[in-house]
Amino acid sequence: MKRKGLNITKVIMNAEEMERTINRMVHEIIERVGPKKNVAIVGIRTRGVPIAERILKKIQELEKVKVASGTIDIALYRDDFFKGLASPEVGPSNLNFNVDGANIVLIDDVIYTGRTVRAAIDAVMDYGRPASIMYAALVDRGHRELPIQPDFVGKAVQTGDNEAVAVYLKEIDDEDKVVVGEK
Amino acid sequence: MKHLLGIENLNRDQIMHILETAVSFEEINQRQIKKVPTLKGLSVINFFAEPSTRTRMSFEVAEKRLSADSYNIAVSGSAITKGETLSDTALNLQAMAPDCLIIRHAVSGTPHMLAQIMDCSIINAGDGFHEHPTQALLDAYTIQKKKGRLDGLKVALMGDIAHSRVARSNIHLLTKTGSHVTVAGPATMIPKDIKKLGVEVTYDPKEAVKDADIVMMLRIQEERESGLMYPDRREYAKFFCLDEKLLSYAKPDATVMHPGPANRGVEIDDNIMDGDRSVILEQVANGVAVRMAVLYLLLGGSNS
Repeated sequence: MKRKGLNITKVIMNAEEMERTINRMVHEIIERVGPKKNVAIVGIRTRGVPIAERILKKIQELEKVKVASGTIDIALYRDDFFKGLASPEVGPSNLNFNVDGANIVLIDDVIYTGRTVRAAIDAVMDYGRPASIMYAALVDRGHRELPIQPDFVGKAVQTGDNEAVAVYLKEIDDEDKVVVGEK
Repeated sequence: MKHLLGIENLNRDQIMHILETAVSFEEINQRQIKKVPTLKGLSVINFFAEPSTRTRMSFEVAEKRLSADSYNIAVSGSAITKGETLSDTALNLQAMAPDCLIIRHAVSGTPHMLAQIMDCSIINAGDGFHEHPTQALLDAYTIQKKKGRLDGLKVALMGDIAHSRVARSNIHLLTKTGSHVTVAGPATMIPKDIKKLGVEVTYDPKEAVKDADIVMMLRIQEERESGLMYPDRREYAKFFCLDEKLLSYAKPDATVMHPGPANRGVEIDDNIMDGDRSVILEQVANGVAVRMAVLYLLLGGSNS
C-alpha cells in the first residue's frame, strides 16, 4: 500500500481543515445537483467510501432529503492488470439503486493519473445508463494521463513524480489528515 | 500461483484467499449486465476429454463473464481420433499461444504432465480418480456461506470414494481447514489407505451421518466399473441411498450436497434432493463465482 515506505515531508491538511474542505465540497455539490432528481453519491473503494459517507450524511442533513448511495470497486476494470503488478484485491461493489437515469457523483480521495476514475466510470456503466456522472476528489495532485478533470476538488497541490499523497481517514486510519511524502 | 492442479498442494491461506475473492464475483453474477472487462484479450481453451455439462458450462460462463475469449475442443471432433498423442495435441495448442488451458481427462496426472510441457496456465477440471479442485473449492464456498465457517464441522462423505476425484479434493480441502471428515460406502468402494488422508472410515451409513453438519453424497459412477462393486442399484440404494430416515441421524440443520450429476433414487432420494436442506443448485451457482476467482487469480498480475 501507499502508506508503506512513505517518507512524510509535509502535512497539507489537518483534521479541522479536512472537515472544512468537505463542508465546502458538500455545498458545491448541492448547488450543482440541487435541482436534479435521482442523485446518488458513490464512493470509490477504499478511501473514497468514508469520504462519500460523510458527504452523503451532510447533504441529507442540509437538504432534509434521502439520497441514494453506493460503493464501487474498480479492481476488475483496471488497465494495468497485465503490467506485472500483483493482482489487486477485489472487493464487492454495491449499487443498490437504479443506475438508469441517475445523476451520480463519484467520490475518491486523490485524483492523480485519472485512470482510477476512468475505470470507475466504466464500472458504473455496466450497471445501467446514468443521466450524468460527476466526480469529486478530496485532493488533486496533478499529473493527469487521461483527459479527465474532477467537477469538485477539495484541494489542489503541486507534486513531483517521486512524491506520493496519502489521505488518512478516521474510519480507516484513526485520524484525519493529508500528507505529502517521498516514495 | 500459475496453475491449479489440485487441492493437495495448496495451503490453507491460498484456499481462503480464493474463497474470499469469489465473494466479489458472486455479485457480478447477480447484475443485469453480467460481464466485466478484466480478462479482455486473453485466450482460454476448454479441453474436455470426458463428458461434462456442469463443469464445462461453468468454466465457459466464468470465462465469458470476465471477457476472456474461450475456445472449446471436443475429443470426438479433434485429431486425437486420428491417433495424435495428447502431448502432440498440447504442443500444437501451445503454438497458438493460449493463456490458459482447462483440462478434463480420464487419466490421473494429465494436467500435471501438460503443465510441464506447456507455457500457459493449466487448470485441472477433473483428472481420473485423482482431483477436481474447482469442485472442492465451490463446495467449500457453499459450506462457508451456509455454515459461516470451514473448521470444526462434521462432514459425511458417502458413496464411491475409490473412483471419486471430488472426494479426494474435498478431503484435502476440508482437512486442511480443520473439519472432520468421515467417509462411508460399501467396502469395495473404500480405498484401503484412505485413512492416511486424515479421515475416518465406516461401512455403516448411519454412523457416518450421525450428528453431521454436512452430508455430501457422491455419484455411483457406472462408466468407471463401479457397477462391478455392488450387486445392483436397488441393493446399493437399500443401504446407502440418502432418504429421510438416514438423514434423520444428522443434525437437524444439516446441509445436503451432491456434485452432480445425481442418480435419483440410487444415492439420493427425490425428497431429499428437492428438499429444503439440499443446496445442490446453489453449488452450481457458486461454481461460476469460484471459477471466476480462480481465473482472475491465475491470469492476473505476476503473483498472488
